[in-house]
Amino acid sequence: MITVTGLTKRYGGFTAVDDVSFTAEPGQVTGFLGPNGAGKSTTMRMMCGLTPPTAGACTILGRGYADIPNPGRFVGVLLDASAQHTGRTGREVLNLGALLMGLDQARVDQLLDLVGLTPAEAARRTGNYSLGMRQRLGIAHALLGDPQVLILDEPANGLDPAGIRWMRGLLRTFADRGGTVLLSSHLLAEVEVIADDLVIIGRGRIVAHGSKADLLEAQGTVVRGLDPVALEAALVGAGLAYRSRPDGGLLVSANAEQVGRAAAAGGVVLVELGRQGAALEDMFLELTAADAREAVPA
Amino acid sequence: MTTITQPAPQRALTDVHRVAFARLFRVELRKLLDTRAGKWLLIAIGLLTLLFIVLALVFAKPPDLTYEHLVTGTATPQGFLLPVLAILAVTSEWSQRTGLVTFTLEPGRGRVVSAKLCAVVVLGIAAVLLALALAALANLLSGPARGGSGSWAFGVSGFRDIVILQLIGMIEGFAFGMLFMNSAAAIVLYFVLPIATSIIFNVVHWLQNHLAMWIDPSTTQAPLSQHTMHGTDWVHLLTGVLLWVALPFVIGTVRVLRSEVKSA
Repeated sequence: MITVTGLTKRYGGFTAVDDVSFTAEPGQVTGFLGPNGAGKSTTMRMMCGLTPPTAGACTILGRGYADIPNPGRFVGVLLDASAQHTGRTGREVLNLGALLMGLDQARVDQLLDLVGLTPAEAARRTGNYSLGMRQRLGIAHALLGDPQVLILDEPANGLDPAGIRWMRGLLRTFADRGGTVLLSSHLLAEVEVIADDLVIIGRGRIVAHGSKADLLEAQGTVVRGLDPVALEAALVGAGLAYRSRPDGGLLVSANAEQVGRAAAAGGVVLVELGRQGAALEDMFLELTAADAREAVPA
Repeated sequence: MTTITQPAPQRALTDVHRVAFARLFRVELRKLLDTRAGKWLLIAIGLLTLLFIVLALVFAKPPDLTYEHLVTGTATPQGFLLPVLAILAVTSEWSQRTGLVTFTLEPGRGRVVSAKLCAVVVLGIAAVLLALALAALANLLSGPARGGSGSWAFGVSGFRDIVILQLIGMIEGFAFGMLFMNSAAAIVLYFVLPIATSIIFNVVHWLQNHLAMWIDPSTTQAPLSQHTMHGTDWVHLLTGVLLWVALPFVIGTVRVLRSEVKSA
């Protein structure tokens, strides 16, 4: 369980993180989304005591980070997979972690096996690692102390499709065992698949927060009828707001059941009814449009 | 690839103790040895110490082949490299960005810094012991090999001076590392600032006559390296240390404790 309350970070006149509050619940994967520079990493560093907040607080398992004894045993953290001494071998990075946390060295082999780094790869210096290998090493390091909470900044970055699927399974299992997972990402499709809850941040402020199902449902329902004119009439008759999509479908501000009933009442045959594809991307771009670097076509 | 098979961990926060200092110390000591840079730096310290001893044994005038001269000869290479070891112990956390992991696993930054300083001092004293042992061996050989003096006159003060000299250099390097949090800047300034100070003091005679013995590190430490410490030399040494070691150490510690640990 992670509880963030009013976290704020100002650098001079610039507010990087502005009054951010949310919780990440045990048993859930919470996706932390935002455009580049929105304040995701700064928020995560404040959670782990690396950046002193200007205001606000964060508790993990009910305590401030600095008050967690031997924090590696409770919170697995991966903030930057490339932040490793380039002259140290992958195995040695884990050895040091195990030594510090007071773990058996056998745990190192167990984790190397878990993340799929071979003994030969583990014996190489991290300076020679690909980004994907560094991510695997970082995930192994985060899991080393058998924690109850995971805080991961862009963990899927650099992983190949098989690696991404593997990590998805790993995080799902971790959450299903009762663990708390907070992961930031800009790979929206990836987050859409794995996250239960979403926290969306733009220019330092939370712009949306809730369960993925609720947030995506609020995005509306895509519907397509055999007779488009009759369908539009049925929606108007049911009092549902909608707009046309370039592909000929209609995006209705209602859930699938409401749209289905309206169509049935109007006797319209439906050929498509459901959530729009890339819904998270649309929502993300819409919510963070004011903060984005690129203009979003309406 | 396997998956997690154990049941959910239900360790209570109250069941776990904070990381013992001895473990922090062992980790920091190991971090000085387990990278390519660290390993070669230590090998270089050992080899250069040996090289200076061998050169003295082969080329020094026989009357100069005394234990004191042999030990003093090793102080030069060690005096250059031990502070670099101390600097890198601190700055690699920033230059190599490992601080992100280090200070996440132990949020008590003061404890990490203390463990690092202990590790650096232990390695430094080990290096001085190596120098003392190699010098002793060379002194034994100097008589039969070169007809050297072989004098053992050194005294407790000799051991005291060499240890203090190297510790000052190492702790000063450590302080510079904390102050600049960047390997290149800390190493360059560690060597350039004292040289620049000496040049200024040599050029400006008034400074040379009135302040050098208090401030210029090469002047304040000269009696220490020449084993001629007495009386006011200690006061001069102390003021020099306060300025060059204590001051950067205090400011550097505050920086390390308060600054933001970032990845970029």
